[in-house]
Amino acid sequence: MIEAVGLTKFYGDIPAIQNVTFSVDKGEVVGFLGPNGAGKSTTIKILTCFMPPTSGTAKIDGLDCFEDSLKVRQKIGYLPETVPLYTEMTVKRFLQFCAKAKGINAKSTKKEIERVISECGLENVSGRIIGHLSKGYRQRVGLAQALIGSPPVIILDEPTIGLDPAQIVEMRSLIKSLAGQHTVFLSSHILPEVAQTCNRVVIINKGEVVATDTPEGLTRQLQKTKRIRLLLNNPVKSQEIESAIGTIPGVKLITPDNQEGRSWIIETDASLEPRPEIAERIVNKKWGILEMKSIDLSLEEVFMQLVTDEETEIPEPEESAA
Amino acid sequence: MKGFWAVYKKELYSFWSSPIFYVIAFVFFILSGYFFYSSLAYYSMVSFQASQNPFLAQQLNLTSMVIRPFFLDLSVVLLLLSPLLTMKLFAEERKSGTIELLLTYPISDAATVWAKFCGVLTIFCLLMLGTLPSMMLLEYLSKPNWSVIAACYGGLILMGAAFLSLGLFTSSLTQNQIIAATLSFGALLGFWIISWMKSIAQNYTARKVFEYLSITQHLDPFTKGLLDTRHIIYYILFIAFFIFLTRRRIDSYRWYG
Repeated sequence: MIEAVGLTKFYGDIPAIQNVTFSVDKGEVVGFLGPNGAGKSTTIKILTCFMPPTSGTAKIDGLDCFEDSLKVRQKIGYLPETVPLYTEMTVKRFLQFCAKAKGINAKSTKKEIERVISECGLENVSGRIIGHLSKGYRQRVGLAQALIGSPPVIILDEPTIGLDPAQIVEMRSLIKSLAGQHTVFLSSHILPEVAQTCNRVVIINKGEVVATDTPEGLTRQLQKTKRIRLLLNNPVKSQEIESAIGTIPGVKLITPDNQEGRSWIIETDASLEPRPEIAERIVNKKWGILEMKSIDLSLEEVFMQLVTDEETEIPEPEESAA
Repeated sequence: MKGFWAVYKKELYSFWSSPIFYVIAFVFFILSGYFFYSSLAYYSMVSFQASQNPFLAQQLNLTSMVIRPFFLDLSVVLLLLSPLLTMKLFAEERKSGTIELLLTYPISDAATVWAKFCGVLTIFCLLMLGTLPSMMLLEYLSKPNWSVIAACYGGLILMGAAFLSLGLFTSSLTQNQIIAATLSFGALLGFWIISWMKSIAQNYTARKVFEYLSITQHLDPFTKGLLDTRHIIYYILFIAFFIFLTRRRIDSYRWYG
């Protein structure tokens, strides 16, 4: 549905993005992840026909964003990062303008406006002037204008920025509900958000795509060793556990998780599967196994590994609000 | 011209909802009322004197003593006020970022530019409509020549459209409305006083060129009730040129972000 091939954009001599290539299938929710200044907004501006790329092509539904600009724009709902709105209008009037500008026929306009108003939870403020609304409501109005007319592709530039935790949760569930019917492409520098809402992630850093995969896939790809956390009922000594399971092929390192000797972290080779063997031996020793759980690298760690390049300014990963 | 009506309606709405429009209308009507009163009062004073002097009475005529001065005075007021009407057209959209919406909606750039131009021109025509009662008063008092009045309005609207097209262009140059208004005011004044150059110019061709360029020079024949295609074409070319420049400027937003 979205196809970017070799997108490059220069601002003067400075390259904002270089050779960005990715594609998004129909009905997918794809996250576009990168630190501030990585080129997310530039890529999005090219996809939404706001600006042409210096080189490369962007296609939406098989139509070139530069050649068939007007047709492409008909297929896109776009929420820019700054959520620009005509603040002197009421919510309803603004949506009427959007519907008209997007060429929705007069008959279905009213229905369409009612639909997006209820979808975005704007019933209470539909008659109010946008300039008087809070940030959260403005964000919703912005989303409503993107959704109006049910465009097949929805592009959101940092949709949850500046919202309070409860609103973030709402916004995420709203985005998730769009999957299937719409193809959603959203940019963010907040990891939990992407991990929770997206089927796939495109990570961009310094204007170049550094990875494309599912959140799980990325984690797997970068995980050379697997880690297992073991919780026992009876405390055991380091030597005891080492002699019991250290000999199992695939076990690489056993480290105590705390001083009591009940909780242990075992690092294992990702290609082998020593877990059944470990469990069996511990049961035989009658140490009382309470828990055995594999610990995955979080997407955050993956992200850090991918983008940690000296000078890059890495944003403070925000706490998940959920 | 997809999306023309949507943007046109939005423009009108943004004028209705902005205090700038009401302030401009207020000032314009006060000044135009004053100009009308002063030329009419002067005319009636001269008429009294003429009642004792039949020769002078023959010279008097409503068109050249009331209608013509009134419309020439209005042209000066409009020169001052029209930059204030146009300053926000693009500058505000860029400042608030809403230009990003306009340029990513399925609206052609031509439609955006023309809709904005037609929107502000409609507002301008409304201001003109507000001076019509003065002309009605003339009808009540005397027998004015309505064809001359129509020519005056036609000329004034053409000239106003030229002012607005220039203002539209300067508004697209900057994000700051005051800069936009200053630039367009300066340029309009320049186009007005360029006719002064004709008295200094050394050769005939230069004199003619300066005279031709002057934006107010072309209004003069209209106020005499003269419809000359040369002057109509001047204004149309002027408008087309600045609309063209504005469209190029919008293209440059796209290239430079």
